Amino acid sequence: MGVEKALEGGILLSRLDHVIGWARKYSIFQYPFVTACCGMEYMSTACSHYDIDRFGAGLPRFSPRQADVLFVVGTISHKLAPVLVKIYEQMCEPKWVVAFGVCTVSGGFYNNYATVQGIDTMIPVDLYIPGCPPRPETVLHGLMMLQEKIQHEKQEVLPGQVRT
Amino acid sequence: MSQPSVTLQLLQERFASVIREVHSLHGDDTVVVEPGANLEVLQFCRDEPRLAYNVLVDLTCVDYLDYPDREGQPRFEVVYHLYSLEHNHRVRIKCPVAAEDPTVATVVELWPIADWLEREAWDMFGVNFAGHPDMRRILMYEEFEGHPLRKDYSISRRQPLVGPKN
Ligand code: SF4
Repeated sequence: MGVEKALEGGILLSRLDHVIGWARKYSIFQYPFVTACCGMEYMSTACSHYDIDRFGAGLPRFSPRQADVLFVVGTISHKLAPVLVKIYEQMCEPKWVVAFGVCTVSGGFYNNYATVQGIDTMIPVDLYIPGCPPRPETVLHGLMMLQEKIQHEKQEVLPGQVRT
Repeated sequence: MSQPSVTLQLLQERFASVIREVHSLHGDDTVVVEPGANLEVLQFCRDEPRLAYNVLVDLTCVDYLDYPDREGQPRFEVVYHLYSLEHNHRVRIKCPVAAEDPTVATVVELWPIADWLEREAWDMFGVNFAGHPDMRRILMYEEFEGHPLRKDYSISRRQPLVGPKN
């Protein structure tokens, strides 16, 4: 803090990475890709009782181009898989993916001809939230873990920089 | 045993030659017809005023491959569940279908809802409905090969469009 004392006008020095991470983790715009029963629990998490807005994640966007975090909520069938990949590709960097519920984590108990056995076979996943469906507390815990992850990432700010 | 229901009486009177079997366990009327006789029996069920089965509740299929005590019998059975709003009665009609040429006549003309139900039965079991106006898959994707609810479709066979075969 010594330098700041010497500077006039209330200037605060910090690592740029840290500041950007702090900003990003409290402005999570989600894209809810809701396909099945987990959607109910997602909705209850998003509503006032659990108040996901406390974490700065209260504003779902229904266009992937405006979203930061892709919430994949519910069973993904092979028929739907190309759509999910397309949605993921339409999102701008930096972007994160949350697998919400066992269906998206591993296919869950739908070990059959129709269901994708985990969305990580198609797109990279940053956070797995288990449960069928996960309780809102689990989701909020997961969200805080995601914030932690976002905070400690190397923040790329210039176009063309690759996320590490 | 109590009197057979109006449905079973009428059907047995009229279609004695094409009815294989009837039973009515706990009032659950069931009629098994000869292969190929489904259309005439169903048409009668719908048009006869004392039956007036105006709703096709469900149309599905059963694969009896390797089923105990069914050697020598046709592999598939197409099952129709009918309901009459007017008389408040129900009947189940089953029609055996051979594995070699799994084809039955369509009932889209009788109940338009059969359109999608027959597409589903074809998609899942590979039973063809002759005369259907638009026979395509309804649940699985076009690239899918085979019919997943057939007993000989391997339980671990996957056909993903994206990603590895897991
Ligand atoms: S994990 Fe459970 S609640 Fe969630 S979509 Fe799958 S079956 Fe439904």
